[in-house]
Formats: sequence, structure tokens, C-alpha cells
Amino acid sequence: MADTGRAGQTLENYPLYIRSVPTENELKFHYTVHTSLDVVDEKISAMGKALVDQRELYLGLLYPTEDYKVYGYVTNSKVKFVMVVDSSNTALRDNEIRSMFRKLHNSYTDIMCNPFYNPGDRIHSRAFDNMVNSMMMQVC
Amino acid sequence: GWMNKHLNLVPALVVVFYELDWDEPQWKEKQSECATRVEIVRQSLQGRNTKVAVVLIQKKTPLPPGEDVIASERAAALCNACDLSGKSLFVLPHTDHLVGYIIRLENAFYEHAQTYYYTEIRRVKSHKEFLNKTTHQLLFVRHQFKIAFFSELKQDTQNALKNYRTAYNLVHELRAHETNMLEIKTMAGFINYKVTSLKGPFYIAFGDLFDEAIKLGLTAIQTQNPGFYYQQAAYYAQERKQLASMLCNHDSSVIYPNPDPLETQTGVLDFYGQRPWRQGILSFDLSDPEKEKMGILSLQLKEKNVLHSELIITLLSNAVAQFKKYKCPRMKSHLMVQMGEEYYYAKDYAKALKLLDYVMCEYRSEGWCTLLTSILTTALKCSYLMAQLKDYITYSLELLGRASTLKEDQKSRIEKNLIKVLMNESPDPEPDCDTAAVKASQKLWADRVSLAGSNVFTIEVQDFIPFVQCKAKFLAPSFHVDVPVQFDVYLRADCPHPIRFSKLCISFNNQDYNQYCVVEEAYQKSDILEQSSQGTMCLVPGKTRKFTFKFVAKTEDVGKKIEITSVDLILGSESGRCVILNWRGGGGDAASSQEALQAARSFRRRPKLPDNEVHWDSLTIQASTMIISRVPNISVQLRHEPPALTNEMYCLIVTVQSHEDTVAKDVKLTAGLKPGQDANLTQKTQVTLHGTDACDESFPALLPDIPVGDLQPGEKLEKPIYIRCGTVGARMFLVYVSYLIDTIVEGKEILCKCHRDETVTIETVFPFDVAVKFVSTKLEHLDRVFADIPFLLMTDILSASPWPLTIVTTQLQLSPSMTPVDQLESYVENVVLQTGESASECFCLRCPPVTNASGVATGCYIISWKRSSPVESVPVVSTVITLPHVIVESIPLHVNADLPSFGRVRESLPVRYHLQNKTDLVQDVEVSVEPSDAFMFSGLKQIRLRILPGTQQEMLYNFYPLMAGYQQLPSLHVNLLRFPNFTNQLLRRFIPTHIFVKVRLGMTEDNSIMS
Repeated sequence: MADTGRAGQTLENYPLYIRSVPTENELKFHYTVHTSLDVVDEKISAMGKALVDQRELYLGLLYPTEDYKVYGYVTNSKVKFVMVVDSSNTALRDNEIRSMFRKLHNSYTDIMCNPFYNPGDRIHSRAFDNMVNSMMMQVC
Repeated sequence: GWMNKHLNLVPALVVVFYELDWDEPQWKEKQSECATRVEIVRQSLQGRNTKVAVVLIQKKTPLPPGEDVIASERAAALCNACDLSGKSLFVLPHTDHLVGYIIRLENAFYEHAQTYYYTEIRRVKSHKEFLNKTTHQLLFVRHQFKIAFFSELKQDTQNALKNYRTAYNLVHELRAHETNMLEIKTMAGFINYKVTSLKGPFYIAFGDLFDEAIKLGLTAIQTQNPGFYYQQAAYYAQERKQLASMLCNHDSSVIYPNPDPLETQTGVLDFYGQRPWRQGILSFDLSDPEKEKMGILSLQLKEKNVLHSELIITLLSNAVAQFKKYKCPRMKSHLMVQMGEEYYYAKDYAKALKLLDYVMCEYRSEGWCTLLTSILTTALKCSYLMAQLKDYITYSLELLGRASTLKEDQKSRIEKNLIKVLMNESPDPEPDCDTAAVKASQKLWADRVSLAGSNVFTIEVQDFIPFVQCKAKFLAPSFHVDVPVQFDVYLRADCPHPIRFSKLCISFNNQDYNQYCVVEEAYQKSDILEQSSQGTMCLVPGKTRKFTFKFVAKTEDVGKKIEITSVDLILGSESGRCVILNWRGGGGDAASSQEALQAARSFRRRPKLPDNEVHWDSLTIQASTMIISRVPNISVQLRHEPPALTNEMYCLIVTVQSHEDTVAKDVKLTAGLKPGQDANLTQKTQVTLHGTDACDESFPALLPDIPVGDLQPGEKLEKPIYIRCGTVGARMFLVYVSYLIDTIVEGKEILCKCHRDETVTIETVFPFDVAVKFVSTKLEHLDRVFADIPFLLMTDILSASPWPLTIVTTQLQLSPSMTPVDQLESYVENVVLQTGESASECFCLRCPPVTNASGVATGCYIISWKRSSPVESVPVVSTVITLPHVIVESIPLHVNADLPSFGRVRESLPVRYHLQNKTDLVQDVEVSVEPSDAFMFSGLKQIRLRILPGTQQEMLYNFYPLMAGYQQLPSLHVNLLRFPNFTNQLLRRFIPTHIFVKVRLGMTEDNSIMS
């Protein structure tokens, strides 16, 4: 079993999309994602401006809690992806997480390419939902 | 327990210090004495594995090992006698390097102690290997813990941590196992509780440890700081509390068992956390169920007395402090929410509210609606339980608003409660509240209801997201004073049911307008729940309501900004409770700026709505408008002939014509240099109404408010204005006509002030260029003049004006050092110059010798001129041109020649050269004449003579021209012995070199025959 909460966020740090499985205790994951932004901010600012262009988008493990692992990913336009997974899930290694983020990013890019999507709006996309669903199914 | 034992009682290493030198005479006795001592120590340790070491304190410095044969022999013997290994025997020479030896000893001892603990660990491990997981559950954990503990004593923290962790995992396993085995839920929970209450303090301890370490210089980073451990400890404390509340809910009749099963004879337990009544029992079989039950009960009762919330809050606040230190604002907020919730559970609602309120805005500004809603719900409960009216209303407003993620039914319940509060009734209790607390609060609410007064609440909506949204919008960014100012106020409710309001009023920066912008409807108390009402005072969810206001601006406000300072929406009534929602400026709340931004970016097509409805998102706030003066209905025209010429009285004719229907009263004209230009221009520009006489510097650059009188409809007025520009360049001139007129707006008669202005840029140019040059009498250019020798001053006036100029006269004013050779009179009087034409004059001057080498002032040239114009009255302008200085040089000898203006072939041509000595010295002069092909001549061909100071010598020659035409004269060469600088080139300036020779009269035919 894996609890996975994910969120894509913008520069203003409000959630564009947030989803968790299972849905009970969802609030807690919201808090976890929200607090993880502290670390994301710190990591981005620590990276410095010079390296912005070539920097690695994947931020790695943000911080471990007793039960969950929180991973972060930031696009060049400073859209943040956060993934919370059960720490007992050993099947997910860095490489898997990285590829999941890349998938999320691709899907997000597709949304941005939609001329009817207004950057900054909450994401209501069936394609994105399906992608996230399939990803979560895979993990669980 | 055993921890204490290993920490304080059982040593890892015993060191026996003994004074013994290698060359001790009574070696045998001493050796046996030492051995006895070691034996005594051994016995007292009773077979523990404690290491024993012997240190010999010696007075002599030892020899290097291997050299002292006696020493090594004796050492071996001693070891043998004491039953020690060679490694446990040390020597401490009592000599100079004591400190060094001691440090070495210390290290050696430390090594020994480590070995001891290592063997202890191995011993425990070997024990453990005998155990198997199913039967020796408890021992398994215990051993693991012991290993960890010894590792810690060994100062091997890494391993200690690892082992502790495995111990915990085992404890977890143990728990699950026990659950299956005993199948007593209470029991399982209790052990679970035990684990958490065990674990909590561990994290606290670890947190403290970490904090200490940081104080000692360890650098912590954001993701690794003590805060996490405090937080974790708080989580366990919370878990403990939950379990405790589940398990320890005995009613008050249960009394503490007697005798206390928690009391043991020694007061000390073997193992930390072990149940006192089960000391020494290792199996799970309940040997004495009754005793067990009593024991558990007593523990539960004790647990009930623990103030869990306080513990949790302390831990959380510790964590908050740490996260603040490591710049984790969101983590901090999260913990503060938890603290607030904990205070809520601890029934300290005031503190809970304070904390929640503090962090709420952070979640709001970051747009985390779900989190905000959850916090708001807790806050609403707190405010309900405390019967805090204002807070209750505020939280209700926000929970009903668009940022809330509550379900419709919840919203509906909250709205009903809010309406009750507005009608001065008690609201229904919030769900999931403590029943006792609800009872208490109901009483508080009843008190509030009976309390008269203080029932008006003003709530500033700027900082949160209420369920009514407001946008005010002036229809235009500016209004003329003679049209009414119009604006719309849009309201929209997000709550599930329609809501009525009693009043809508708008405040302006000029409060006089407030009275015109009020919507009010007195309504009956019973109407408030009438949902079908579509009256003006009702806000239907999801529909945008528009209120249009109109007022006439005051004439004093012309040029000022009218600003909406606030919009007040009053819910409820004065008779019940009154809530004033106050929007600062033209509406908008904490979320609306972001929404406006999104709406502006959006390309989404909005569905078509009926004409009287608008899309909320497409509305923008326009909270201020300018009042501008009435549009003038007059024309202002300017007539002039640019460019202006420097210093002339430039005429600008202003024509004002009225197109008003009524009389334009009090017409005033302001004309002149437009303010705000270069300050120097102000001094170099003068304006006057009278152009006949030239004005001076004292005239102003701007003539303000020249009264012109009244203008009848259609009347035309002309006014000439004269401008004098002292410098060249562009200037902006302003002509401003203002007048008063009566108009009627919305049935009100107002006196409007209107004005029209015109600006014109006028270029000023020099009327002419004046060139001055000095030439010799031979009209050759001079860069310097020679003293006492006449020269010519030539002036040249070149007209640069596009308009014809009349030179009235010119005048040459010479400086005292210059003297005119003949009469000075103007040759260009009344000359008219077109563009590009020039007028030249020539004056013959002489300059007496001067000592000043740098130059001599020549004087000035005054030109009196005017624009050629049929009008006689144009004043004459005098332009003074300062003539350049000229360098005057003295020469030793001046030569001039007297000769006719022309010669004739074969007719004698007498030439007389005058050689003047201009110096105070006697000059030796060599004069020679070189012949020319065109002339024969008689006279002295070469001579040397002396000329006395101030006198002159004449040389007479008779030239006889041979050819006609422009012929070169025989050239005169003069050589001054005293002045080698005096060259013939200089001489050429003074005497002619050529002459024109005509043919002989009546000899033309002969010539032709001859040729």
C-alpha cells in the first residue's frame, strides 16, 4: 500500500492540482505537501541564479518523516511538483520517482499547450487525471 | 534497573596503581603484594568481565624497550603473578613529562573500556542467538536494547542508533504478536500506549541532545533540525493521549486500588517501563489475572491525571521555535495549527483562537483552501463555544465564501446560524463539540442575546474572503463638472441561500457625496427568511446585483479626484444585530486581486448572458474618477510671423471667439512664456501688451489674468501681445482664456468655470550675422596691424531673417586707442536686406604704437534695424556688436612709395620711395633695386645709408616702361643691419610690386607696324 499525495504548484504557491490515495486523512497530506514547500523554496534559493538554466529539475528527497517520504521537482518556470509516498514502499527508488516526475511534467506541459487553459488556473483535465490515476495504481 | 547498574555501579575497567621500580631491591615481596591487591579487586568484582589493569608508578625514567633486560623479565613475572596480560600492565614514570604519559594512559584505558563493552555486547548477542522469536519475545527486545545501550556506552553512536532502531522494530513486531496471542484489545492498546509513551520521551531526549549539539557548534540544516524530533515527540504524545482517552474513560466511581500495585519493595524496577507487579516474570501467561487487572487500572487512573495537552503544546511550541530558527515558515504554521487544535481540545478556546487566527492569513494568502477551511471550522467552533460574536460572524462569513471547500449542507447550516445571530438569536451548536462545553456556551449565548447594545459589528473584509463580493466602478475615469457622476456597485453572494441586507452605503473622500449614495429599505423582521424574495435588497446566490448611483459633483472639486473610500453593506437590522461589511476602496477582498489577474489572462469565451446581467470576472474595480472642468465652447486662435528675431518686439495676435449660447462672463486672458521651462528663459523673455516702445528686463515673462470683459454669444475679440526674446532658441508660449458660465445639470444651476488654452512654440533666431575683418590699404588680409600705419576695418552684415530687414543706420564707436583716418559715416543707412543679402562698410583707421602686446580693443559697431513692415510704429532695435581686439606691432622701418596710378610705354614714370625710421636708433640701411625686363630705370641701384631716429629718407627713381600691360616693377630690396628680421616680404606689404602700363597715346598704329 502506498499513500501518495501529489500537487503541482505555481510560483504563488497555491495548489494547481492535488490528489491523494486513499482519500482518508487527506488533510494531513495537504499539510505535508504545504510544509514541504519550505524545503523546495530553500533548495531553489540555494541553487543560485547562475545555474538556473542547467540545473537539475528533480530536487530529490525533500525530507523524511517517520511514515512518508516527500520528493520534490521544480520546472524551469518554477512550477513545483511534490510527491509523498509511504516510506515502507521500498519498490520506489530514486530512479522510479524521477521518471514519475518526468511523466507528470510532460503531462503538465501538455496542459499548458492547451490554448483554452489559462496558466494559473486549477487543473481540471481528464488526461491529467488519467495519467495520475494510472501512476497511483502502479505504485499501490 | 540494569541501566543504572551499568552506568554507575559496574565498572568497565579497574586500574590498580602501585609504586614499584624495576630495580626495586625487595622485588619479590613487592610483586606478591601487588598480586594480592589485584586478587582482592578481582574478588570484589565477583566474576564480572570487568577489565583489570595495573599501573606501576616509577621514579626513574625507563630505558627504551628491549634494552632493559631486567625490566622485561620482571614485567613478565609480574604479569604472571597477577594473572594479567602484558597489555594490561602500564608504567607511569614520575618524571618531567607527566602530562604526556597521563594522556597516553587515558587513551589506553579508554581502549580497554571499549573492549569490555564490546565483549559485553558479544555476550548479549550470544545470548540472543540462543533465543527464538516465538518464545522469547520480550527477551529479544531486551537484548537488542541492551546491545544498543552498550554501544552507546562504548561511544559508538552510529551503532547505538542502529540498534535502537532495530529494538523499536522488534517492539512493533512484539505488539502485533501480542495482539494475536492475547486477543485482548485493551491489553494490545495498552502496550501500544506504552510504546508511544516510551517513544515520545526518547524523541524529546533526542531533540534536546541535538539542540545541545547545535549550541556546541554543530550546524543543522533545514531538513535536519531538532524541530523534527520535537514534532515527532508531539505526535507520539498525541497518540498517547488518544489511546489514553480511549482506555481510561472510567467514570469517577472507580477508585484507586489499595494496596497500590505500583509500589514495589525497593521502589526501583529492574527494567525501565516494566510493570512493577510483574517483576521477574518473563512469560505472557497471566499468573495472577486479578493482580494484573488492578495494576492496569491503577496505571490507567494515573494516566488520566496526566495533562496530555499541556505536554503536547510544550513539545509543539519547542518545535515551532526550532522551525522558526531554520526558516520553515510553512512548517511553523502547520505546527501552530496543531497547537491551536490542541488548545481547543484542552478547552482553552481563547488561546486556540489566537493561534489559529494568526496563521489563517498565511494559508489564505497562499491559496490553500482546504487547509484554510479546516482551520476556519475549528476557529468557528472555538468562537461558538466562547460566544464570541464578532469572531463567530467573521468565520461564518468566510466559511460561506468562495474560498471555503465545505459541502453545501454544511454551508447551509452555517448560513442559517448566521441569520439567527443576525436576528439576535442563539445559533445551533457546531457539530462534534464537547457536550459540556456546548451547554456552557449556550448559556453564554443566552446572555449575549439578552444583553442590549453593542450589537453593531463592523467587519473589515479586506483581509479575508467573505461570502459577499463587491466591486464598485465609476463609469468613466473622468467626468465633466456639468454632467452627473455615475457609478455602479456590483454585489454577489456565494452562500447557498439568498440573503437580505438592510443598507448599502458608499463613502467618498469628499464626504458631502455620501448622502447621495445610499440604498436603504426598512424591512420587517419576519421577512428575513423569505427565500423567494427578489426585492432589491436581496442577494441571490450566483447572481450579480447592480446598483447604479448618480450625483452632481461640486464645482469646487474640479481638478480633484473623487475616490470611493469604502463600501458598507449592512446585514441584519438595528433592532437585532447589525453587521457592517466594510470594503476599503472600491471593493475586493483578500483573494480578488489574484482572481482579477487570472481573469485578465484568460482567453475563455464567456457564455452569453441576458442584457441586464454581467459576468462577475469581467468586472474591474474603478474606485476613483477625476472631476474635470466643463468643455469650453470658445475658440482661441493665434496669428504671428515666425520666427522671432532676437530682441525685436514680436507680435502675437490672439483671437478669441465665443460659441456659447449664453454670455461668457469675466473672460480673462493669460499669456506669456509657459511656466516650467528653463529658468534662464524667464529672464530673457518679456511680454507686454504695448508694442510701440521697446520693453526692458523689468517686464514679466507671463502676463496673468488680463481682464477682457464679457463675451456675447458669437462675439470675437482680438488682442495683440508683444514678446521680446533676448536669446535665440525655442520657447513655448501659453495663451489661456478662462471664463465663467451658468449651466443647468440635473435641474441644478451651477456656475462653471471653463478655460481653453493654446500653446505655441516660437523659434528665435539672430536677424543677421556680422563679420568684421582687418585689411591693409592694399586690401590684403591682416592678422595684425602695424603701429601708425593706416589699415581698413571692414564690416559685413548678412541677413539671416526670413523676413526683409531694414537697416536704419549703423554707427562705429571707436575705442580711445584707435583713431579714424577720415570721417566715420554710415554707408548703409536705410538699406533693406532680403534673406541672404548682405551690406558691407569700410572704415580707415590708424592705431598709435602701444606697449600692450596682447591686443587692442577696437570699439563697437551699433546696428539700428527693424523688420520691414508697412506699419510705421514698429520700434527700432539697436544691436551692438563688439569688434574684435587687434594685435598692434611696431616695425623698425616703414617704406611707402609715391607713384602714379599707371604708366605709359616710353614715358618716364617717377617713383619716390620714403624710408621712415620708426625706432629710436640710427638705422644702417642697404637699399638695392633689381631690374625688371619691362622697365629701364635711373637712380641709385645700390646704396648704403643711415637714417636718424624719427626721420625719413627719400629715394627717387625714374622708371621707363618698355612694355604695355600689367608689369612687374623693378623690385626694391631693403636690408636692415640691426634688424635681420625685417624681410623683403614684409616690405612687399607696403609698396606696390606691379603697375599697369598703357600704350603711348597716338602710337597705336606705329606699334602695329612695328610688330
